[in-house]
Amino acid sequence: MPHDHSDHDHPHALLPPEPALRVKALETLLTRKGLIDPAALDEIIDTYENRIGPRNGAEVVARAWSDPDFRAALLEDATAVVAEMGFFGRQGEHMVAVENTDELHNIVVCTLCSCYPWPLLGIPPGWYKSDAYRARVVREPRKVLAEFGVELPEETAVRVWDSTAEVRYLVIPQRPAGSEGLDVDALSDLVTRDSMIGTGLAKAP
Amino acid sequence: MTRVHDMGGRFGDGTVTPEDEDVIFHADWHPRALALTLATGALGKWNIDVSRHARECLSPTDYARFSYYEKWIAGVADMLVARGVVTREELAGMADPTSSPLAEKTLKAQQVAGVLARGGPADRPSDIVPLFAPGDGVVTRKQPENTIVPGGHTRLPAYAAGAKGRVLRLHGTHVLPDSNAHDLGEAPEPLYAVAFPASELWAHPEHPRDEVVLDLWQSYLEAP
Repeated sequence: MPHDHSDHDHPHALLPPEPALRVKALETLLTRKGLIDPAALDEIIDTYENRIGPRNGAEVVARAWSDPDFRAALLEDATAVVAEMGFFGRQGEHMVAVENTDELHNIVVCTLCSCYPWPLLGIPPGWYKSDAYRARVVREPRKVLAEFGVELPEETAVRVWDSTAEVRYLVIPQRPAGSEGLDVDALSDLVTRDSMIGTGLAKAP
Repeated sequence: MTRVHDMGGRFGDGTVTPEDEDVIFHADWHPRALALTLATGALGKWNIDVSRHARECLSPTDYARFSYYEKWIAGVADMLVARGVVTREELAGMADPTSSPLAEKTLKAQQVAGVLARGGPADRPSDIVPLFAPGDGVVTRKQPENTIVPGGHTRLPAYAAGAKGRVLRLHGTHVLPDSNAHDLGEAPEPLYAVAFPASELWAHPEHPRDEVVLDLWQSYLEAP
């Protein structure tokens, strides 16, 4: 593949041009220098492929829908409350929960990079990291929502949270009509990843 | 002047494409790139602000054409050389790798769970007294630039520079990236969530009551 590095002063230009080979070359070099344990890489990957993902956040939301005391505590100090559920650590050190209502719809972005609440939602989706989302959702959130198939009533204001510090935001979507009487497990099935970022709504039962 | 990563409000990027929740990575090398970045971070040679700054220092051409994890890998390679962990010759495959004195810090598989669980909290005690309280009006500084290091890292996006907002909440006192990204100390200070009316930021706001909220450090703010 042809490759013209625009900046030969950056050391990264010394790596092979193909991304897969670049990663492989760096891993091989660092392993030979004793700085990488490939088994540790496997462990990190297994964590984010199989153990940490948006079902964690869905469990938090379902409990907030079911238990008014839990909801109040979550809105007061999300970091402590989700930590008690076992959700804490890298990229979730400082959590704030924001609640959608008829009057206010919350959406989360990181325009400067791609900050995201990993312990609750896992690895961010491709679109969250895209230039289009980062550039546009702060300026035209309703047009972006339309691309997700979401249209808000005129009386609902939008609040976009740009994650510019180490605070991570979890959106508590509105509980869908017709979900009365469902238990926490059944409720959590209605909570989509996108609804916890604010680009979607919870599913109808 | 801002850098290419500061793209909030930019025109011309096209539509956003939703994707299924079960898609985690889009290529076989993506998880490897992620894990490699986290594992090299555990060597302790840089902090998260240094690593963000490294990605932001990619040339605009590279930043725009690199995919997400390519930026990560490029940033790691650049930091490894800048911090003397590997040589340019080793990176280019033109020298046999020598074993590193840092190897005692190498992340082991059995340490991964603990390291990820600990994360990197950014709150620190600070002697700097909060000047603002929820409800107070504030204005952000006019230039979205690092005032300590010319051309340095900052977390004030250009679209919110010189804008009037109101404090929603005080998050406590947090490490200041503008200092920490340049090894000038953590310099913790009050951090606020500040809400700006869309009409304060954009010429054509979509709705009169829409807002954008940013987390901003006290030194980014003044009384209006």
